Amino acid sequence: MDIPYTVKDRPDTGLYNGKLGIWLFLGSEVMLFGGLFSAYVFLRTGAESWPTGADILNVPLATLNTLFLITSSVTMVMSWASLKLKEFDKFKLYAGLTLLLAASFLVVKYFEYTAKFHHGLFPSTNNFLGIYFTLTGLHVLHIIGGMIVIFFFWMPGAKMWESDPDRFTNRIEIVGLYWHFVDLVWIFLFPVLYLL
Amino acid sequence: MADLTPEEIRHHVKTYVIVFVALAFFTIVTVAISYLDLGVGASVVLALGVASIKGSLVACYFMHLIDEKITVYWTLLITATMFLILMLLPLGNMLAQIKI
Amino acid sequence: MSTDHHKESFLTKYIFSTDHKIIGLQYGITSLVWLLVGFTLMMIMRYQLAYPGNPVPIVGNLLGEGGIMPSEMYNSLGAMHGTIMIFLGVVPLAFGAFGNYFLPLQIGTIDMAFPKLNAASYWMYFVGSIVMIVGFFVPGGAANSGWTSYPPLSVTATMGQTVWLLGMVFLITSSLLGSINILVTVIQLRAKGMTWMKLPIFVWTQFITAFLLLLAFPPLEAASVLQLMDRLVGTSFFMPSGLVVSGVVQNYTGGGSPLLWQHLFWFLAHPEVYVLILPAFGIITEVIANNTRKPIWGYKAMVYAMVFLGFMSFIVWAHHMYITGMGTSIGAFFQTTTMIISIPSVVILTTLFLSLWGGSIRFNTPMLFALAFIPMFGIGGLTGLPLGLAASDIHLHDTYYVIGHFHYVVAPGTIFALFAGIYYWFPKITGKRTNETLGKLHFFFSFIFMNGVFMPMFVQGLAGVSRRLWDGGEIYAHAADVLYLNEVMSISAWLLGLAQIFFIVNMIISLRGKKTGETNPWGATTIDWTDTTSPPLGHGNFETVPTVYRGPYEYSVPGADKDFTPQSEKG
Repeated sequence: MDIPYTVKDRPDTGLYNGKLGIWLFLGSEVMLFGGLFSAYVFLRTGAESWPTGADILNVPLATLNTLFLITSSVTMVMSWASLKLKEFDKFKLYAGLTLLLAASFLVVKYFEYTAKFHHGLFPSTNNFLGIYFTLTGLHVLHIIGGMIVIFFFWMPGAKMWESDPDRFTNRIEIVGLYWHFVDLVWIFLFPVLYLL
Repeated sequence: MADLTPEEIRHHVKTYVIVFVALAFFTIVTVAISYLDLGVGASVVLALGVASIKGSLVACYFMHLIDEKITVYWTLLITATMFLILMLLPLGNMLAQIKI
Repeated sequence: MSTDHHKESFLTKYIFSTDHKIIGLQYGITSLVWLLVGFTLMMIMRYQLAYPGNPVPIVGNLLGEGGIMPSEMYNSLGAMHGTIMIFLGVVPLAFGAFGNYFLPLQIGTIDMAFPKLNAASYWMYFVGSIVMIVGFFVPGGAANSGWTSYPPLSVTATMGQTVWLLGMVFLITSSLLGSINILVTVIQLRAKGMTWMKLPIFVWTQFITAFLLLLAFPPLEAASVLQLMDRLVGTSFFMPSGLVVSGVVQNYTGGGSPLLWQHLFWFLAHPEVYVLILPAFGIITEVIANNTRKPIWGYKAMVYAMVFLGFMSFIVWAHHMYITGMGTSIGAFFQTTTMIISIPSVVILTTLFLSLWGGSIRFNTPMLFALAFIPMFGIGGLTGLPLGLAASDIHLHDTYYVIGHFHYVVAPGTIFALFAGIYYWFPKITGKRTNETLGKLHFFFSFIFMNGVFMPMFVQGLAGVSRRLWDGGEIYAHAADVLYLNEVMSISAWLLGLAQIFFIVNMIISLRGKKTGETNPWGATTIDWTDTTSPPLGHGNFETVPTVYRGPYEYSVPGADKDFTPQSEKG
């Protein structure tokens, strides 16, 4: 006996299990980053003084990073669309591009962080930097996690395309939803930390 | 999404490209606005407003929320409510704190 | 996922099983062990409270010089007792064990939606619990800043606090994975005919609990990360400026807020108490319906009340913070929501109580625990009212009154419900029966001694005895008149511990007993009882997956040939 609705949609909800699962997970992630954003608002409102993000952080680099992530979101959804069109090679191309763009984001973040440390700016220096490193650090961990999963489906896991293409396509859809969420978090992180 | 025809997928792809251009545009806009000296209130409203537009585009079109099922909408509604509570009540608490 | 009958090794069949029943048993056994550990910590603490400064017998040498418990050790025992009971004991048993084992059976499906994720969530819990215990063995001992871990104390505490925070990250992750599984399983895998309003109340409570865990836990995870940063990297999220500890000015950047931790902590910890009680409501409802041979009175009212309770639980948390200098308007807001949230609890308790009216009551062991639950939870709930009202809370906050209140709801409340569940479902899990005499002895002595431990706490609290005092209030003049109650409570606690021997012996001899061959000895209506073998089939649970035609509690239907009509019986 197989567990029902792993690939086919359940008629009354119109969903397959994994899709509902990932949306619920993303709900919990909203609350996780929400906790940190709430801390940011609380600390900033209660602070006697708070630096302007642009004075300490590198806005052009972060803008570039924003464009990297937005593009990676497009390539991610394109990799799913390619599978729906049964174009496996295009899937590999787009998934690979997604990984490349994500890696570029990480490289920029590496330069950003090391530049801060080089100038003696650490999380302990003040609460702005503390919350900056924590928020972007947690976001970086989510990018790395996403990259690991995408890489798995790009390489070893891709053989599921042969045995169960619909299930594989659904998995890519689910990974895509996670990846778009990571992009979404950055869309809010960027103005809040760098521009305000 | 199991029932989309190839034509519908190609139509979606066109949408993705349009959304990408919009996102890039709004990114430039939000950075440009940040260089203007508008005061705290306006800056926050504009920054979060533009971010919300960008976020909505990602959610509606990349995440296909625009034609998702009601169960997912309910999940997100409940999540959004709790998120707002988390953002607003601690802040409200702090602002109402008794000042000695 | 196809369950092909490939040859399974011992490891894949019993240790890393993805079958919800095995995983449920793993959660059950692990959590019962931790409950015993947490209880033992309390019994040791109660020696100190009864005889402050005296060498502790048996375990004294582990505690300190000459067997005398230093105050820091008392604090560790206290913080870990709370942490272990809540996060390693009650929730894994109520949600992880009962939920995993019985929810798929009650909704008529072959497993949880994500079996591998289920196994992962158990192992996360297991690893997290080991991490928590490691705290006792690091320099400085285990966490000792209360289960609430308030900064600045927790930030300046010894290494054990870091271990606590890391343990919490594992436990929270386990919880999140488990909640997702429960939610998707209930929404997607209900059998044909199992509509929302035909669900057993047990399933409803697990479903709502899962939502609470899903959305309330992450802010605590965020807060734990922030506290880890404060401890390990020197940030000042929670550290105020100008902090002085033991006369030494602290070297922190400052500008942080201890209140921020309290908000993020209680944002979880208040819904957490509803996580502790909701599964109990579910179990009690099953047992009461079954042992009155009547449908539950007010099924719909109960469901709506529980959903409303779940929602309200997110907007009452600052009633734990009334004495932090809160402004009157915001205090009034939280007081109002707190008063409102007592209403659904009363509705639920009333429906349970009214369900007894006109019933053909069978006083077996599970029913005794279920019947006792009602007044015990009632006392717990009523004593919550002076705490929920800000004016009286100013006098009662952080006194023994609070400890009495919450223990009444959790101990003769939830834990009695969990015992009811174990006695009730034992025949389904094992195909054997428990010994009724031992069960009744377990019940009567537990009931008496539970009250012996916790009732005097209200008296002490009203007299002003603070909580978390390692000497039980001995040095305070205002505690002098009620100090004698410490020995009363401690002796009750030790006798309560002895009473559990009846339970342990019962479990051992019953497990070694013969199978009875009965699949539904209690004559229950839900499909976990009526459509499965005892125990249920290893793969797939049901020989044929049932279709559901009726509500969950069709007992004594007029004109029926027996006094219970299974949910799967055609109308």
